[in-house]
Amino acid sequence: MVTTADVPVTRLEAELAELAGSVPDPELPVLTLGELGVVRGVRMHEDGHAEVTLTPTYTGCPAIEAMSADIERVLTGHGIPEVRVTTVLAPAWSTDDISAEGRRKLAEFGIAPPRPHAAGGPVPVTLSVRCPNCGSTDTELLSRFSSTACKALRRCTACREPFDHFKEL
Amino acid sequence: MTGTDTGAATVTAAALALGDDALILSHRLGEWAGHAPVLEEEVALANIALDLLGQARILLSMVGDEDELAFLREERSFRNLQLVEQPNGDFAHTIARQLYFSVHQHELYAELARGEGPFAPLAAKAVKETAYHRDHAEQWTLRLGDGTEESRARMQAALQALWKFTGELFQPVEGLGGVDWAALEERWLAALTDVVERAGLTLPEGPRTGAWAAGAGRQGLHTESFGRMLAEMQHLHRSHPGASW
Repeated sequence: MVTTADVPVTRLEAELAELAGSVPDPELPVLTLGELGVVRGVRMHEDGHAEVTLTPTYTGCPAIEAMSADIERVLTGHGIPEVRVTTVLAPAWSTDDISAEGRRKLAEFGIAPPRPHAAGGPVPVTLSVRCPNCGSTDTELLSRFSSTACKALRRCTACREPFDHFKEL
Repeated sequence: MTGTDTGAATVTAAALALGDDALILSHRLGEWAGHAPVLEEEVALANIALDLLGQARILLSMVGDEDELAFLREERSFRNLQLVEQPNGDFAHTIARQLYFSVHQHELYAELARGEGPFAPLAAKAVKETAYHRDHAEQWTLRLGDGTEESRARMQAALQALWKFTGELFQPVEGLGGVDWAALEERWLAALTDVVERAGLTLPEGPRTGAWAAGAGRQGLHTESFGRMLAEMQHLHRSHPGASW
């Protein structure tokens, strides 16, 4: 939980949050962590260490360790002597946290972006997913799980290309 | 209010129970790597196993050192349901186990997520993952039940074989005081009845627990195959303490 929400963010903290958010995602380097929506904030503590709060996309996401290491490296390189990355679960990350720019980049990279959905709603399997290659909405589900836990495997029935779909969570 | 029982000892007991369920089922699903019927299914089972492993790591870390708990406990100290330790069997057995467990886990986590107890943050996260696990199991149940004579017979046999382990799903877990287990069981039965009927299968009859089995896994009493599974799971860590990739 964000227990320090009522303390205003300093300029340095905002700058560091921007830097942490500029780190590329280790598995989808086309996206930054900021665009993915997993950096929750940065706090400077009195002893001079920076605390970065990060939330995983999936509880078992193995990329979280690489993300933490990358953030530490970037902030340390910016002159912060000590960086601690804390993982928080609540509020749970959702694909709705991916920015509009992030969605555009995903589609350009050949991954169909997640559709927006109401939080806590059922798994949306009925709306069509647009093929990132030819733009057709005539696509079919091949498997609910693909190269990573966050993607489903689909095929376009117009251009016949299989493609990954960042599935709604 | 669900899960407001926050005494340290009972939180530990509940975290062990839920964490062990996730860890052991994750390991069983991981055994399919290299053996699944098609590549897509291999990837799906591995992804479900990974979700469960992530849940297990968080839950076991609430209790102590996750590696020590996973690799250095004896069989009698594990608190998982007997259902999740059952061998993979044929693909239908794996799907039946997934169906029974993931409907249960999805309903339980949805209830915990609505509360404010110590498990609410994890449950709110995991319930979205378990929705996909449940959907995966239900779709396969329909496909196997409505498939060939062979697939239908195997799916029916698998549902029957694992039925006796499902009573334990609704034994109250210490530390999850706010959960309405009777209502959970009703929702589970209704969901199972629905999917099994749509698949053209029959909900098994007969007792859902043996004379001694109700809650046995939660007390550390496990079935024969569990010891062999643990030996394989723990062997590397025990032989080479501190080994890492």
